[in-house]
Amino acid sequence: MEKLGFRSIKPWKNSPMISNSSLLALLPTQASTLASDVDLITIALVLLCGAVTFGLMSAIAFFVVRYREGSVVDRSPVRGVELKLEIFWSTVPLLIFICLFVWGAERYLEMHSVPAGASEIYVTAKQWMWKFQHANGTQELGELHVPLGRPIKLVMISQDVIHSFYVPAFRMKQDVLPDRYTYTWFQATKPGKYRLFCTQFCGTEHAAMGGDIIVLPEAEFQQWASIGVSQVSLRGSGDYVKQGQTVFERHGCISCHGSDSVVRAPSLNGLYGSRVFLDNGDSLVADENYIRESVLEPEVKIVKGYENIMPSFRGQISEEEMVSLVEYLKYSKTMSIKSMEKERGGRE
Amino acid sequence: MGSPLNAGVQPQEQFKSIEQQHEAATQGMWIFLATEILFFGGIFLAYFIYRRSYSIGFERMSEMLDSFLGTLNTAILLTSSLTMALSVRAVQLEKKGSLILFLVLTLIFGVAFLTIKGFEYSEDFKNKLVLGPSFPFHGLEAVHMEMFLLIYYVMTLIHAVHLLVGICLVSLMVVKTVRSRCLPALYSPIEVIGLYWHFVDVVWLFLYPLLYLAGRPHI
Amino acid sequence: MRSSHDYLNSDVTIRSWLCTRDHKRIALLYLISITLFFFIGGAAAAIIRLNLMTPSGGLVSAETYNRLFTMHGVIMVWFFLIPSIPTVLGNFLVPLMIGAKDLAFPRLNLLSWYIYILGGSFTFAAIVAGGVDTGWTFYTPYSTAFSSSFVLLTAAGVFITGFSSILTGLNFIVTIHRMRAPGLTWFRLPIFIWSMWATSVIMVLATPVLAITLLLMAVERVFKVGIFDPALGGDPLLFQHLFWFYSHPAVYIMILPGMGVVSEIICCFARKRIFGYAFVALSSVAIAVIGFFVWGHHMFVSGQSAYAGVVFSFLSFLVSVPSAIKVFNWTATLYKGNIQLRTPMVYALGFIGLFTVGGLTGLFLAVLAVDVHVHDTYFVIAHFHFIMVGGMVSAYLGGIHFWWPKITGKIYPEKWGIAAALLLFFGFNLTFFPQFILGYLGMPRRYHSYPPEFQIYHVMSTLGSSILGLGYLLPFSYLLWSLRFGKDAGPNDWNASGLEWKTSSPPPPHNFESTPLVTQEAYDYGKSS
Repeated sequence: MEKLGFRSIKPWKNSPMISNSSLLALLPTQASTLASDVDLITIALVLLCGAVTFGLMSAIAFFVVRYREGSVVDRSPVRGVELKLEIFWSTVPLLIFICLFVWGAERYLEMHSVPAGASEIYVTAKQWMWKFQHANGTQELGELHVPLGRPIKLVMISQDVIHSFYVPAFRMKQDVLPDRYTYTWFQATKPGKYRLFCTQFCGTEHAAMGGDIIVLPEAEFQQWASIGVSQVSLRGSGDYVKQGQTVFERHGCISCHGSDSVVRAPSLNGLYGSRVFLDNGDSLVADENYIRESVLEPEVKIVKGYENIMPSFRGQISEEEMVSLVEYLKYSKTMSIKSMEKERGGRE
Repeated sequence: MGSPLNAGVQPQEQFKSIEQQHEAATQGMWIFLATEILFFGGIFLAYFIYRRSYSIGFERMSEMLDSFLGTLNTAILLTSSLTMALSVRAVQLEKKGSLILFLVLTLIFGVAFLTIKGFEYSEDFKNKLVLGPSFPFHGLEAVHMEMFLLIYYVMTLIHAVHLLVGICLVSLMVVKTVRSRCLPALYSPIEVIGLYWHFVDVVWLFLYPLLYLAGRPHI
Repeated sequence: MRSSHDYLNSDVTIRSWLCTRDHKRIALLYLISITLFFFIGGAAAAIIRLNLMTPSGGLVSAETYNRLFTMHGVIMVWFFLIPSIPTVLGNFLVPLMIGAKDLAFPRLNLLSWYIYILGGSFTFAAIVAGGVDTGWTFYTPYSTAFSSSFVLLTAAGVFITGFSSILTGLNFIVTIHRMRAPGLTWFRLPIFIWSMWATSVIMVLATPVLAITLLLMAVERVFKVGIFDPALGGDPLLFQHLFWFYSHPAVYIMILPGMGVVSEIICCFARKRIFGYAFVALSSVAIAVIGFFVWGHHMFVSGQSAYAGVVFSFLSFLVSVPSAIKVFNWTATLYKGNIQLRTPMVYALGFIGLFTVGGLTGLFLAVLAVDVHVHDTYFVIAHFHFIMVGGMVSAYLGGIHFWWPKITGKIYPEKWGIAAALLLFFGFNLTFFPQFILGYLGMPRRYHSYPPEFQIYHVMSTLGSSILGLGYLLPFSYLLWSLRFGKDAGPNDWNASGLEWKTSSPPPPHNFESTPLVTQEAYDYGKSS
């Protein structure tokens, strides 16, 4: 069993205090591209809500004092202003709310659009730890090293219950579901060590399921990546795509999905990111979840023109193998199945 | 329907007239039926969502249900709604004999439905259509087939419980009718129970095609 | 002067209480039961806050802590907040306020109480057996396939109690529609009746969805067939959608009655008709309706589509508008009033302040980008406690104090009342305001231990909670004291308007000597000083 650099149960005990922003220590550090945007909305909201609260409380206090029982002031009723006031204090808040809504929705949709060229890291959550797999095969447990200034896409899955991946300094959060990949992305703007929390109740040690994100400037990151603090190579093959190819051959996928015979099964060349047409008239863009579902529950989505004959591989492929298979198919744009077959044919 | 039908009947203490009591009872039953729609709605939603994704497994399992018994039960329940409506009419016309006849017929049909359903369940058990470790199918669509079976059992069991409650209420009405010396006093309860009975029937009318006819080109 | 024949002393046997059909007695039966549950849920909270004094937790084990916060949520939501005002003040006042002798279905009302007790017994049994640790939200697959705690027992308790809610709501709707006194048109009704009506509509339509959801969850747990468990082909997000479809409207069940109470109190102690009657009345209906369409705002980071998130965010902003309208109208009611700062008024003013803060922080949560950061953190906890405790409990206590003379025929000591109200306000703020900061800094929910930099805020919060606890114990004590030693109340010592004040304190069993005839608009305070 290779040494994996196992984290202690209470990760924050060993990490230094994270320095908070100086705003009276009320905001966490801003360490991602989106953090300052989110804080801007928050501060605007605090000012707006503070003003409204202060205004209302002052008005109430003023009225309570001025119009207290027995005070001698003018109480003659004011007429004709009711409807105007109602319309005013209905529509003005509504307009403000719409502005807030649009602002928040725009940023949110940005959070859901992964920039092109993002490096991918696979995250597996399980009770009660986080596992990270870099594209080059490096595995980390409980802490994740990332380079500064580059967009990082996280492809996440849980091995048991729902968890949630939360880094306050990045202002990012995404639930991690069993049996389905969820995605999020961030781009770190400040080197340092930032707390990672699990924030969806997941059982007894939910509170201990923490970790750290370690942001290193590019050069240091490359240095780390080549030596690594806690690094493990996968079964000797060194990178995911090659391992995925092994999985693809070992489980016999190539016998139906080899590009020479597209009669029994559709070709997988260039599958990832392409539009797939199903037999029920629907169509979709092939992503990690589609690949995963097709391997584990092939009968759910049948490609148009094909029969429902693909067997399920549930129980035969581990999560790590699934990740490598997905990676292999993603890069099959650059590495076509035909050339791979020729290779094998050549060796035999 | 107001005073001509239950004139002279003493309302309960909190009401000022029998009309008010009748209107309150009717409105109360309609609201209760609305809650029942929401209750069944949750499981109908689950059915529709999974049927869309897992149509093959659902259709395979649906074909294994006894559609003859399902259809027979549908006919029985529809007829029971007819006899229930006729009992409401009988109490409106103050015909005690007809009232008892139609209430008892409704009862018989209701009990027949439950009996056939029970028989159908025992057939299902014999064919090993059960949940849990004894589920006989394995492999590709088994998980989805078992899910359909779960929905089938939950939906039909909840429906059966509701029907049983209806049967108890109708039995109570039979007893009250036999002992009654003032038929108009029964008008309101019978109409309200009639509403409930029809609702139980309507729920079945949705269950039947979704569960028994899913994907079948023929019965 | 106490009449010798009011609803309390007309028959004093236990049997007459346990078999009563009198809505006023049923209200008291509920009062005793929900107070009991409140203190059980409160005890759980006390242990939670004590445990959180130190970063490493340690007062209780992680297992126990998880069960404590779950039981706190389950009890407070379903056995205290949802019943509170409707079953105590609603049951007592709805027939009185509309000039009726009782609710439409008095026996159904008693059945509702017995169902509540049955459900409560199941839940209590679950606590005694060891509790459940899934959180009050029962998310799958943890609850159906991983938790080894008493999920089924607790779910059974909640399932059963749901029917109590449904039947109470049904009773109120029919009563309000069919049994108003002659002359009492819809737009002459007290605002409390409007809010009870809106609450009842939600109770009746939303609760059945919870029932079927819990049923399906239980079936999955027992038979291990998938509906919500992805390992068995199910979808955990389906559970969340179904659960929140009920649980979001449920929070409006919890707050709308409080808003109704506050309207009554403000009008009485400002000696003024409510400003914008129609707007306040209809805003309750608007909240009830729109509230059914916003449930997805609990799921912005759940894995649901981003576009669903956008729709739910927009609708969530819409539902905030009617609440804002209410707050502005209450404030405007104070303008040119003749304000008496009695105990109920102090609670009502406290409500406005705390509810405003709570409601405004809801805006933070409706903003998609901010919610991503604060979802499942202490920010959310602070938000809903401001509304539920700062708002709802203040309103509940204010209502209890306001109608205490009517219900019991006794008067509580005023100075203690004011002191308790102020203690609650102060203690509450100290308990929960630091939690907003905690949440934004990143402190997650449901953690029994936490990083050391969060400690200062937790200590403040725990300190505040001890003051808050005192704020609850005081009314409990002096209200009980007043039953024996308090001065007798007259029929209308507050000089309030409303039909309930036109009968004796306490009322006779049949409420009114003769059916009232209504010719005035609501809140005819213009005539009195």
